[in-house]
Amino acid sequence: MKIREKKVPMREQPPEERVKNFNEVPFGYTEEEAVLEASRCLSCKKPPCVSGCPVEIDIPGFIARIKERKFREAARILKEKNCLPAICGRVCPQEEQCEKFCVLGKKFEPCAIGRLERFVADWEAREGIEIPKVEKPTGKRVAVVGSGPAGLTVAGDLAKMGHEVVLFEALHKPGGVLVYGIPEFRLPKAIVQREVDFVKALGVKVILNFVVGKIKTVDELLSDFDAVFIGTGAGLPWFMNIPGENASGIYSANEYLTRVNLMKAYLFPEYDTPVIRGRRVAVIGGGNVAMDSARTALRLGAEKSMIIYRRGREEMPAREEEIVRAEEEGVEFHFLTLPVRYITDERGWVKEMECIKMTLGEPDASGRRRPIPCPGSEFRIPVDTVVCAIGQSPNPLIPQTTPGLEIGKHGNIIADEQTGKTTKRGVFAGGDIVTGAATVILAMGAGRVAARSIDEYLKTGIW
Amino acid sequence: MAKILKKRILAPGIKEFLVHSPLIAQKALPGQFIVLRISEEGERIPLTIAETFPEEGAVRIIFQEVGKSTKHLGLLAEGEEILDFVGPLGKPSEIEFFGNVIGIGGGVGSVVIYPVLKALKRKGNYLIGIIGARNKELLIMEDEIKPLCDEFYVTTDDGSYGQKGFVSDALSLLLKEGRKIERVIAIGPVPMMRSVANLTKSYQIPTIVSLNPIMLDATGMCGVCRVEVGGETKFACVDGPEFDGHKVNFDLLAARLATYQKEEKVSLERFEREMRR
Repeated sequence: MKIREKKVPMREQPPEERVKNFNEVPFGYTEEEAVLEASRCLSCKKPPCVSGCPVEIDIPGFIARIKERKFREAARILKEKNCLPAICGRVCPQEEQCEKFCVLGKKFEPCAIGRLERFVADWEAREGIEIPKVEKPTGKRVAVVGSGPAGLTVAGDLAKMGHEVVLFEALHKPGGVLVYGIPEFRLPKAIVQREVDFVKALGVKVILNFVVGKIKTVDELLSDFDAVFIGTGAGLPWFMNIPGENASGIYSANEYLTRVNLMKAYLFPEYDTPVIRGRRVAVIGGGNVAMDSARTALRLGAEKSMIIYRRGREEMPAREEEIVRAEEEGVEFHFLTLPVRYITDERGWVKEMECIKMTLGEPDASGRRRPIPCPGSEFRIPVDTVVCAIGQSPNPLIPQTTPGLEIGKHGNIIADEQTGKTTKRGVFAGGDIVTGAATVILAMGAGRVAARSIDEYLKTGIW
Repeated sequence: MAKILKKRILAPGIKEFLVHSPLIAQKALPGQFIVLRISEEGERIPLTIAETFPEEGAVRIIFQEVGKSTKHLGLLAEGEEILDFVGPLGKPSEIEFFGNVIGIGGGVGSVVIYPVLKALKRKGNYLIGIIGARNKELLIMEDEIKPLCDEFYVTTDDGSYGQKGFVSDALSLLLKEGRKIERVIAIGPVPMMRSVANLTKSYQIPTIVSLNPIMLDATGMCGVCRVEVGGETKFACVDGPEFDGHKVNFDLLAARLATYQKEEKVSLERFEREMRR
């Protein structure tokens, strides 16, 4: 049988339509499409895709079940290793992970592992989610701080092992970056809620509006719990520290996206939280968060939504898929451009952005060519809204209030990669709070690793 | 969910709640605040903690009805619940023995200054209290602040009670007398804090102000509350809310507070229309 060279395409909202709404862009595979795509999998004996997966899903295994239309079984296999398949199927950078190693990908397009994962998760949600068996109660209690991807994974895994888990969240909704950061059109909030409900069904108790480091310190938690996992993410937004940056109309991406996603400002005034519906929006940065912000601006009615990036298209850290979607939707890209200051009007609102042209020099520590300013090339871009999406560092609340916890020079918690152990007995950490801003799946991978070693610590008492 | 145990009207448009929140009641220190959200559609608003009652598990908050959310909050009755109630947030006030301390509260700022003065009194400071309001009717906290103070002054803009004028006028008189003052703490509307800071600067008296910028998550995540202090950007929610008044860029604070003026009006008008129906 001849192999299909290309992935079965996934139907999606056309660009001109989707920029007018916040609904999810792709529709997902039908059963027929999924079976067809699954049939492209070569079912390798030694599957290299699995080694590319941070949580080691049995990829050929679940795809084989799709081929046989045993979707329920496919879901079971997925969930053995991944509590959050509907999320990973949507936001994982598969092109750099599983699909990068797909044997098919050497000659053709790799098998669409991400789309198939999403299909199975959505199928299961439609047909009724199966709650896996939970081990007998161990009598041990674990506090998980932060309900983002790392925290949800740790909590789910430990609950399955029979431990009593309490998940603490500072905000009023669980999900962390999945609810405040990633937009509805890329990850519908109902899906996050579904995954949270799943973790709850495993027996995890979720406590909202609880800011660890303020209402209780980690030390206080340690007197109530046998172990603590910290997964508080990279919540401190960076600014460029250039003149005029505190003008009205200049947002951090965290603020812009939190207003729109968590607080639903796109539904203002039905929802109370407002957001500026800028006509000329400039987003600084070239990562996924920048793409999310620029595409959000379009949906809020911007006439012009611009990405301002100091390097070139090749150097952008955003996923190719996100860049392409932004391009299709009409986001304007200004490469080799660096803002140097903002000009405000008499009321303190941003009205122009002064930029300088850049050129690329020798590669730097990241392996990308270093941008160098071209003297005398300053020019101005009229803007009424700016979103600064240049990254964020770990949230300092817990590092500042937990003696005995070793902190790295970027404010990150030092934790062993193999175990998630910090320098403080009984305290584990994982996700962006350890690595700095990274991806959902890496945080989940760290959560999985930590869950295993927490389980071992609880059983043996050996640190 | 946090239940409203008691509700009281302190002045026209100024209301007080005792809210059931045992953990916050145990933990909160003077100068800290909470964030609340009334409904699923609601926004997150920060409010200062006026007092805590650990034994009863109660937190006292006082707020002025100015926009949609505070007006909505004011409609809640005893026994009803506030959907989200989170805290304590922000850094606590610095409470030490300083010597002679002037505490100034303007409008609802008197609520914020009250727990700070109470704590400073316990440290043995000589307290001079000045509180002010637009008129006698709007003056709050007098009965509670006055007994804490070794000297106490009241001002009203219209002269309907106490000295006629602003709190800064009363302060100016004291400073002109050449009184030895180690510290001034001023909490109230931006123009009031600005004029106090300007006054004390020439006398080189360390002056603390408590800033009230717009907040969203209030845990250091979004940066909407950024203020400029000594030319540096700070996040009021985690680095503050109290700062050195001589270093604060009040113009920037005022401009940023006005960011959503238009939207706030839309929201309030919509709410009032709904209420009439």
